[in-house]
Amino acid sequence: MTLSGHAVCIGADIDTDLVIAGRYLRTKDTSVWAEHVFEDLDPTLAPRLKGAVIVAGNNMGCGSSREQAPVAIREAGAIAVIAPSFARIFFRNAINVGLPVIECDSLVCGEGSTVTISLEEGWVEANGVRHPIRPLSGRMQEILAAGGLVPYWRNR
Amino acid sequence: MSTLSERILGGPAGTYVDRAVDRAFAHDGTGVLAMEAYRQMGNPKPARPETVSIIYDHIAPANTSQTATLQNELREFAAEKGFALTDVGGGICHQLMSEGRVLPGEVVVGADSHSCTTGAFGAFSTGVGATDMAAIWAEGSTWFRVPETISVNLTGCLPAWCEPKDIVLTVTGTIGMDGGTYRALEYTGDGADALSMAGRLTLSNMAVECGAKAGLFYADKTTQEYLARYGHSVERQEPEEGTYCRELSVDLADAEPVLSVPHRVDTVAPVTDYAGTPLDQVFVGTCTNGRYEDLERFARIVRGQQVACRTIVVPASRAIMQQAAETGILAEIIAAGCIVGPPGCGPCLGMHMGVLGEGETALSTANRNFKNRMGIGAEYYLGSVATAAASALKGEITSPEGAI
Repeated sequence: MTLSGHAVCIGADIDTDLVIAGRYLRTKDTSVWAEHVFEDLDPTLAPRLKGAVIVAGNNMGCGSSREQAPVAIREAGAIAVIAPSFARIFFRNAINVGLPVIECDSLVCGEGSTVTISLEEGWVEANGVRHPIRPLSGRMQEILAAGGLVPYWRNR
Repeated sequence: MSTLSERILGGPAGTYVDRAVDRAFAHDGTGVLAMEAYRQMGNPKPARPETVSIIYDHIAPANTSQTATLQNELREFAAEKGFALTDVGGGICHQLMSEGRVLPGEVVVGADSHSCTTGAFGAFSTGVGATDMAAIWAEGSTWFRVPETISVNLTGCLPAWCEPKDIVLTVTGTIGMDGGTYRALEYTGDGADALSMAGRLTLSNMAVECGAKAGLFYADKTTQEYLARYGHSVERQEPEEGTYCRELSVDLADAEPVLSVPHRVDTVAPVTDYAGTPLDQVFVGTCTNGRYEDLERFARIVRGQQVACRTIVVPASRAIMQQAAETGILAEIIAAGCIVGPPGCGPCLGMHMGVLGEGETALSTANRNFKNRMGIGAEYYLGSVATAAASALKGEITSPEGAI
């Protein structure tokens, strides 16, 4: 799959409390999570996520195992998250909820740059420069292609 | 020749393995999400329901009707599926799993990031998300990437006024919040051998704070004696020469009381750097430091005195609370002016009772000081139980060195 969107840049070590605060977890309504995503980091961020590729620093999604974090990002309309490294539970949760997460050490781009991603060919492109990404395992790509672990499981 | 993680998962670092899960647990927060995912998967028959526990700890007892209703739904689901349920008041999932439910060599997954706690028994214990947990309920197994391992060699003995908590904060400061990402920590050495099980659980608990997926100790005589109390007879695990991606050495004799300074766990500084900082609240408890040994140490310091700020003490489990009641330390903690909460996570995750107000400052024995976590617009420091006790007595950040 090839994905393309505008870059929304956030910093390093963004913890899951900053992605979605604990006070919004007392519900199963995913639209509440989408509305409040990244609120404690930057309250102006959520409306800019429609069709966005989030470009984060190291250790994206550290902290809690709360799966609401990648769900909130997905529900807010972001199409992928790129970072040099991810906290491992967040990374696995993102794949499981169908949110592409891409490890790339070299991507540098500004807010609003167009970022294109090819999972199959293993690259991201911004400002006319292609950067290699760490490949996902076959199973991870299958889960993402199915839209997450639940549909993947149901299809099997 | 392999690391403990490689031995338990059965493959060299970097490879992907499918493994049967020996114990799987979720709490009232993640359990509800896992239940939802499970239903969306078509509500299959669980592969091995006898390995599954649901433990109510995060908002326990419920704070609103909405929470209570979700908890009721999960109660009914657990009964329908044949999962063991520990209801409100039993304690924190990681503590309950450490009370005889996890054995050396097992593969343990919990739908909570601090599930690495029971690595203290020589199990491969790690946290997963709710959808992963649902698939594990259905299949009884899951995939793992076998982690590279950071070896942490502990030598020497802790000074009387220091605790394993000071060590793990110092190690987290050294490795950094992302220095253990995709890796496991393995604690060895004569300093590790000398640590109590409570101390080992504290070190394993915080492995995830540097991004690690597991924090392990080799099962030894201490492990055998501890698990014998729960009726288990277990084999020791002997360390082999393994290949490590990084090796650290920590002399416990060099330890000093330290704090994690808001809002990063890896911003670690000596307590003395912040001495005199006024505190609105002190919190002793959580899966990091709510064990009997912690409460006993706290009581020993505050005994016969009065705390000078709001001080909340939450035993990590009913068994701990009961033991504290029987030995009289609970009465001493109450007499010192502390509030004692029901066994569970308490205010740690900022979802109910004990949450901080805007502009407030606290000292907590928990494992996370992320911005806004324990109260919007508040700041909180992480420290040892002794630091918490000495600070509670003065109402300001205080080194425990003179208190012990």
